[in-house]
Amino acid sequence: MSTTIDPAAPTSLSTALRSAPVSLGFRHDLRGVRVVWQREMIRFSRDRLRMITSLIQPVLFLFVLGTGLSTITNGASSQNVNLRTFMYPGALSMAVLFTAMFSAASIVWDREFGFLREMLVAPVSRWSIVLGKCFGGATTSTLQGVIILAMAGIVGVPYSLPLFLTVFGELLLLALTLTAFGVMMAARINQIQSYMALNQMLLMPLFFLSGALFPLGNLPAWLQVMTRLDPITYAVDPVRRAVFAHLHAPAAVVHRLNPGVTWGSWRVPTSVEVLIVAAMGLSFLAVAIWQFQKAE
Amino acid sequence: MSALTKSYGDLVAVDGVDFEVAAGEVFGFLGPNGAGKSTTIKMLCTLVEPTGGTATVAGYDIVRQRDEVRRSIGLVFQDPTLDQYLTADQNLRMHAELYGVPRAALRERMTHVLRMVGLEDRRSARVSTYSGGMKRRLEIGRGLLHAPRVLFLDEPTVGLDPQTRSSIWRYINDLRKREDITIFLTTHYMDEAEFCDRIAIMDHGRIVVMDTPEALKASIGKDRVQITTDDDEAAQLALKSRFDLTSLIAEGQVTFAVPAGESFVPRLFSELGVPIKSVSVSRPSLDDVFMSYTGTTIRDAEAAAGPNQFMRAMANRVR
Repeated sequence: MSTTIDPAAPTSLSTALRSAPVSLGFRHDLRGVRVVWQREMIRFSRDRLRMITSLIQPVLFLFVLGTGLSTITNGASSQNVNLRTFMYPGALSMAVLFTAMFSAASIVWDREFGFLREMLVAPVSRWSIVLGKCFGGATTSTLQGVIILAMAGIVGVPYSLPLFLTVFGELLLLALTLTAFGVMMAARINQIQSYMALNQMLLMPLFFLSGALFPLGNLPAWLQVMTRLDPITYAVDPVRRAVFAHLHAPAAVVHRLNPGVTWGSWRVPTSVEVLIVAAMGLSFLAVAIWQFQKAE
Repeated sequence: MSALTKSYGDLVAVDGVDFEVAAGEVFGFLGPNGAGKSTTIKMLCTLVEPTGGTATVAGYDIVRQRDEVRRSIGLVFQDPTLDQYLTADQNLRMHAELYGVPRAALRERMTHVLRMVGLEDRRSARVSTYSGGMKRRLEIGRGLLHAPRVLFLDEPTVGLDPQTRSSIWRYINDLRKREDITIFLTTHYMDEAEFCDRIAIMDHGRIVVMDTPEALKASIGKDRVQITTDDDEAAQLALKSRFDLTSLIAEGQVTFAVPAGESFVPRLFSELGVPIKSVSVSRPSLDDVFMSYTGTTIRDAEAAAGPNQFMRAMANRVR
């Protein structure tokens, strides 16, 4: 004996749909990516509070901490370049970092509230769901970065289209990598509290060690090593290089505030830094997809 | 498929289940929590891979043709799976995209299912403003959006108040008249099982019996008599020795089945020898069917299934 559920003979309104060509396959999966992304956009646009709250921290760091600490450093060797200007690339990265990691939490929410299941049982590839989620988180967090980017003039960075485009591209890459990292972590976490705790544990060390707040030259050896291990370092540095390339400051000051990332005595070029961030992003994405492929 | 089996480690959740469901049928799985109903449904919906046996749904193999199966079925789970922050329309559109519903047909189809579940006037409202019954109806509507051939309803009315339950059933009955569809549902409410064309009673991972509700009730052929006494065990012994009747003590009552229950009651009072406090006689119900095939009432079975469910949760975790 066998267990068989026979298809009902199609009639009425269902007829057309049942006999329609079933468009499963790559194009259908792309449709899946798009709709998952769209949902993130709808939800983000409804959540104005989140937009504002995630901007508070970078703005605090930039204007309160940056202005406050500049009373100590002013009169020292960093003439012409305000501490706020120095911290600006860090604040840009911070806006993206915090929003990207937070947006990946939506997977955990979806799991807790059941909606993840609706997506996972659909006849659509798991990779398209993961990719849609990553694109969604990357879009929202890059948008946050763009808001900070619009504040360039206030911190003494000239408005320039090439600079804007370069930084935009670099932030987008960072956002994609971080969202993929967040999604990878979220794949195994069932409770929003656990995800948030993990987030808190990771965010601050990643941020402090990334060179967002202080130059990475002349550090004690232990700190030197730790900053080089922080992946965010390789995302902050290209942004800082781009910003400093558009400043008119004495070479000595630039050298002091923008020493770049060095391995031994080799200064890691921007292209390698970008490759490091991209390679990490792709690996996180691969692991995330692999984990969701296994999930029930 | 035959002998569909799912085990988690040493725990066998579903133990060699065999059945066929015809097109257009409303087929119900009845059994206490932990009997293996949901696991069987999950296997048929390709959410869980069977550890043994095979099955086809709408002509597709549940292991080798997962996407085809998923495209041909609609699913309504025990737990809600709506996005509460989106409107009904947005939830439906999202579903349509994930299931590859042609865009040209989408508008009409969405209106059709919303009308069917009586939510057309609330389509632009966020789901978070819906009542429990409305959410459930929207989920049923969403499950139908891509014109599935088989609709799976896992405990469609669990956690809803009686009034909403009956309205959900009105929609389900309406649905089978209007759409040519096979409905496969699980329930542990006996009264709901009556709505099914055929039911299978499941217990401890096996199908105990399978037939139409009428045939199952007729197969009992006897009325149910329930008595409460001062000494239930003495009453049980007396029933055995004087009338050769086997009885059960369930829910604080001694229960047994006899042909022509009403005319038996006077004999019972005069011959039992144990004081009787109350007596009730009823026509066989699905409760009796369940009791006669599994030796317990569904509520007692559920109470006993407690540790079993805990084991299953643990097994899930270890996985």
